[in-house]
Parts: sequence; structure tokens; C-alpha cells
Amino acid sequence: MGKVTFSMGGVHPHDSKFAHGCAIEELPLPQTVYVSMAQHLGAPAKPLVAPGDKVLVGQVIAEPGGFISAFVHSPVSGTVKAIAPRQDLAGNFMMHVEIAVEGDEWDPAIDRSQDLVTAIPDDKAAILDKIKAAGVVGLGGATFPTHVKLSPPPGKVAECLILNGTECEPFLTSDHRIMVERPKEIVVGAAIMQKVLGGCPCVIGIEENKPDAIASMSAAVAELGYPNIRVQVLKKRYPQGGEKQLIDAVMHRQVKSGGLPIDVGAVVQNVATSLAVYEAVQKNMPLISNVLTITGDNIPVERQHNYHYRIGIPLSYIVEQAGGIPDTAAKLISGGPMMGKAISNLDATTVKGSSSVLYLSEAATRRQLETACIRCGKCADACPMGLEPFLLKRLYKAGDLDGLEQNAAQDCIECGCCLYSCPAHIPLLDHIRQAKGQVMGVIRARAAAAKAAAEAAKAAAEAKK
Amino acid sequence: MTQTFIWTVAILTVLGLLLALILFWVARKFKVEEDPRIDEVEKVMPGANCGGCGFAGCRAFADAAVKAPNLDNQYCPVGGDEVMQKVASILGFTVAAKAPQVAVVRCNGTCEARPRTNEYDGAKSCRVKAALYSGDTGCAFGCLGCGDCVAACQFGALSMDPATGLPVVDEDKCTACGACTKACPKHIIELRLKGPRGMREFVSCMNKDKGPAAKKACANACIGCGLCAKTCTHDAITVTDNVAYIDFNKCKLCRECEAVCPTGAIHGVNFPKELDKEAVKKRIADRKAKAAEAAKAAEEKKEVANG
Repeated sequence: MGKVTFSMGGVHPHDSKFAHGCAIEELPLPQTVYVSMAQHLGAPAKPLVAPGDKVLVGQVIAEPGGFISAFVHSPVSGTVKAIAPRQDLAGNFMMHVEIAVEGDEWDPAIDRSQDLVTAIPDDKAAILDKIKAAGVVGLGGATFPTHVKLSPPPGKVAECLILNGTECEPFLTSDHRIMVERPKEIVVGAAIMQKVLGGCPCVIGIEENKPDAIASMSAAVAELGYPNIRVQVLKKRYPQGGEKQLIDAVMHRQVKSGGLPIDVGAVVQNVATSLAVYEAVQKNMPLISNVLTITGDNIPVERQHNYHYRIGIPLSYIVEQAGGIPDTAAKLISGGPMMGKAISNLDATTVKGSSSVLYLSEAATRRQLETACIRCGKCADACPMGLEPFLLKRLYKAGDLDGLEQNAAQDCIECGCCLYSCPAHIPLLDHIRQAKGQVMGVIRARAAAAKAAAEAAKAAAEAKK
Repeated sequence: MTQTFIWTVAILTVLGLLLALILFWVARKFKVEEDPRIDEVEKVMPGANCGGCGFAGCRAFADAAVKAPNLDNQYCPVGGDEVMQKVASILGFTVAAKAPQVAVVRCNGTCEARPRTNEYDGAKSCRVKAALYSGDTGCAFGCLGCGDCVAACQFGALSMDPATGLPVVDEDKCTACGACTKACPKHIIELRLKGPRGMREFVSCMNKDKGPAAKKACANACIGCGLCAKTCTHDAITVTDNVAYIDFNKCKLCRECEAVCPTGAIHGVNFPKELDKEAVKKRIADRKAKAAEAAKAAEEKKEVANG
């Protein structure tokens, strides 16, 4: 099958995958780790340990705080020092469990051998329980709890599992490296998720700029011989890794406004998530580590790394291990340059979904002076969701919430293509993100009111009886 | 030719009269009965349509005022008591005079006091900045300095001071409509009593961090030490979440809290004389000594009585 891509919008930034040749290294442990309780989408986890407790690597230290939430495990062995608020990447205070590292003693239930376990358990419920107990969340960026995503609501059937190996953000190479170094584990993880979803076909989508990953994954798929798994090569285009864009590219189906991927029969999981699922189910290994890229523009190769890190390690420690902040760096970013967040606080710690530390130079990151909109329509051309960013910005400035909702501001995926393509350097996304938040608030309030009204009507009807 | 002219004028005149009659009839037939007092009330309103009263504009306020059983829940912050008295006299209500209020900026994190830890070059909007991160200084609670409040003010009462990077309220222009308090994502602007001759005391800090962290982030921060609350004899000061708050309804403007504050986070404005901290501190010490003596005397008396 030829190369495919999604049908609408998108941009072509330089891929800058400078660190793609750097093999994954194990990051040494620091003296202290700070494990965040808010490492996933949804309610923060509730700590189960108290200061003074001894913990082992892989021991549960926090339980889910709601339906959409996840377990958190200790990434190190040692003593719990404190449970206190601490500033996260954006400077907001979040609960963190501080653990002083003592040795590296693992929970005996965890299989730490390198042997590949290919036999897939039969019991779907048991697999889901294991994934939930291991605290696996989506590692593509949104950190949505995986067990929730793998349990389609009643009446919905998964017709295709898409494994997201696109890594369309420039600079990032962590997914690329795991596809090169641990392809078999990823494929077994995919087969496990296939089993949970009732044996639907699985497509592994990889962009064409990663030929070695395509080769290794194809070889692993052929060697392991699970039925109905294939590798699909995709044209390079940003934001191909967006869930809805990837579904469009692979299945040629569009998710309607306000809909979920499962509405068109798709379940999308990142390759790193697949690896985490493999480790959780086959090795009893909870999600306590991930791979993170350290790279940037004009950075010498010896200072670029792909680290296998444990969660809760302060970013300042990682930067120090990688040789400090280069002189050319003007801005540090966690995540890709398109959707990542600027790091304003190096004391923040790594979380399950941390994917990179980018050093960007002044030239690469400085915002240009904003000028007037010239109505060229480039933003509308670039928007992969078919929105009109220039219009949304105007409506937001005018405070027109109804207009914003009619023009589907809530569908924005915050990919940044509009901002990237704007010749007037208008910070479109900054405003649209605000607009989206406000519209989502209105929609949620309306849904809550409708639910309350329905319940009141029901109660009234029952009272009449 | 002349014929055409005459016919044209005649037809148009007849048509015009006919349509005028229809319009007259429609206007009479479908007239919306409206309380004439709404117009009267609207006339005495300031006409700023700022929304400070909580209604969409002055007419909406007037409409609500006419329908309401009393004026307890309505107040025009722009027009103040003068306008409210006029509205009350039109509608035959009585309203108690309300003390005038003014917007107060409760952050003193100037450029010198609050070192920048990073640089922000995103969209120039406090709302956008607040959604992205906690701010470009170590303080996650203070002014972000992009001027959303200035943009929200319809009376030109706010301006950014380039030297401090903080908004400044022009007391004469401020109408206490509250638009700035709603625009500020950090909620640092509060409507407080204007006070006699504009004199008022307030804590110019919102930092909820513990003392050392707050002090590290900003030299002017309230460290939540509670000295002010202990000193206050009017029970006006509370310390919650490591930050003090002065209740403007209880404050008697004695300025003792201002004198004892170790970081200068408590501000007194528009007082005729500059605060003599030492004198006030001596006054407090004397009072405490007297109280201690009185307590001791009472104890001795008790002992004598018991003995």
C-alpha cells in the first residue's frame, strides 16, 4: 500500500530529528525524586503513603482519584520524606510525593528480565485490570488513562486499532528510538490491545522520515506473526500524530465535531503506550519510566541524548546530567516545538508523559512583532480541523461565545498550525485556546443543567406515581 | 410630459398618505405598553452602559429597578448615591446612602522587588499568560503586567506604570464598576471602601506561599507572620493561607498594623501625615505593658481576695 496522509490542512515544518541516531541511555538516579499526583488527564491521584514509609520500586503510592484517573507507583526505592505541594512545569502547585532514594530494590512481583514474552493471556478483564493497576496512561501527549480508552462504551465496536508511531512533532525522537530498539515488545503490546478490543485489525502508522523504524517494526511484525497487524507508511506532515488526523490518514474516516474516535470505530494508542502495556501485562512492570529526548537547534551531537528516565526526576538534574544548558539556548521547552510548553521552572519533575527537553536558540524561538491581519486565509488553509482561526480570534476578542460555538472553537486541537502559518505573526492559538476553554465551559454547564433538569423531571414523575 | 409629472407627484403623494395612515394605525393598534418611569429613570442614569451594576446597560438597570419591589439589590456604582437618590425619588423608594468604593490593586511586586525568573513573549494578555503558566516571576499570585485591567476600564481610570510594571488606579476617575476585578485572572484588584477623605489601609499582597518562599519571590510580599492580626485592636485582620486581609468594614485606620508589618506589605494611602512607625510601635508597647500591669494587678487582687 502506498503512503497516505490526512485530507485537510497541516504544515511542513523542518523535522529536525537530530537526535534520532542517539541510542537510549539509562539515566542515573538522583538523590531525591518528587512524584507528581497529577501525571494524567482527569482527577489527581490520592496518595496512599505517609512520610517515613519505606517504598520499593514499583510499589503503589497513590490510587486513582476518580473514574478518569490512574494509579501512581514509586519509581525508586527509599523513604517517603514528604507529601507537599510543589510547582509543576507551568509553576502551578500540585501535590508531590517526595522520596529519598536508597539503593534500587524492586518489588519482587516485577519481572525484570529482558526475555520477550509472546504468549498473550486469554482473559480480557484480567488484562484490563493489569493495565489499570500498572497506571498506564497514553504517552502520546494527552496522558489519558489507557484502560478507559480500551473499554469502548456499550454499543460501540472498535473496528481498527491504530498504533501511533508518527512522532510528527519536530525534534522529538523518543518514539523513533523505541521503535528501533524495542520493536518486538511494541508489537506484542499491540497484539494485547487487539485482544482486549475483540481482535480488530491493527495498523501501525509511521511517517516516512523514519525508514529504520519502519524496517524494524515491519521485521518484528513479520517475525512475531500475529494476525491482522500491519505497518502503514505515512507521508510526513504535521499534525499527523493528532488522533483525528491519524484516523483520517489510515481509515479515511472523519470524526464529527464533538465526537470521539470510537464513534468511527477507531482506537488510537501511541507506540510508547503499547510498550507500557506490554511491560504491564507480560512483566508486571508498572509505568514508572519513559524515554525522553534532549535536543535542540545548533546543539553539538554529544550533548543530545535519548534517556530512559524514571518519573519524578527533577528536570534540572536531567539537564545537569546532559552537560548543562548550552550557551546558545534561549528557551527550554518540554514537549515538541509546536505543542510543547516552555519550561519556566527547572525544578519541575518528569511525569509519565514527559517526552523531551528542547533547547531552542533565540533565532528559532523569538516571537515576531504582531501586525494586522491581511485576510490571506493561510491559517484557514493550515487548520487540520477545517476551522477559521482568524474568525475565531475576532469572535473571541468580541466576546461572542455563541459565534465561537457555531464556528466550532471547541474542535480546536491546539496544534499551532495557524500560528505557524500566519504571515502577520498573530498569536492566533493563544486566543483560540482561551476561546475553546470558555466554549467548553458553556457546553459543560449546559450538559450539567440538562442532566439536572432530566433528573428533576424523573423525580417529579416518580413522585406523581 | 407635464401629464407625467403631475401623475407621478399625485400617485406618490397618495401612496405616502396611505402608508402613513397604515403606519399610524399599526402604531396605535400594536403599541407596547411600557412603564413611563423606565424612561425617566434611564434619563437620570449616567449612560455609561458599563455593566458595573450587573445589568446589560443603563436601560436594563432602569427596567429592573421599576419592576423590583425595592432597591436593596440594585446599585449604580458609577452614579453613586446621588443617582440612586434620584432613582429612588422617581420610584418612590428610600435608599440608604452607600459609602463610595474604589478599585485597589493588591500587589506591590514592582520590578525591583520581584526579580524576573523568565521572560514572556507570548500574546499580550493576562488571561492568555495566566492560562499558560504562573507568571514570569517566582510569585504565582501577583500581577502579570499585561494590562487586561487597563483594557477593561471604560473610564480611563487605570494605567500601567512602566517603572513598577503594575497598574495604577486614578481615584478620581474610578467609578468602582468592578470591570477590572473581573478582568484580572489573578483577582488582585478588589473594590474597597474609599474611606474618609480617601484614607484606607490594605494588604498589598496576595501571595499564599509560606513566608520564606514568598519573601524569596518578592521583597514586598506578605509573609503571613500574623503580627498585624495580633496587634489589631479592632479584630479587622485575618490571616488565611499565609496572607493577611484587612476587613475594610471593621478597620478604624489606626495604622498600627502598617507600623508593625516587617515587610511593608500593608499600605496606608491618602493619610495627611506620614506614618511615624517608632511612635506607633511605642504606643503599642505602652498599651501592652499597661495591659500586662492591669492583668498582674487583677491577679494580685484576686489572690488577696482569696487569701
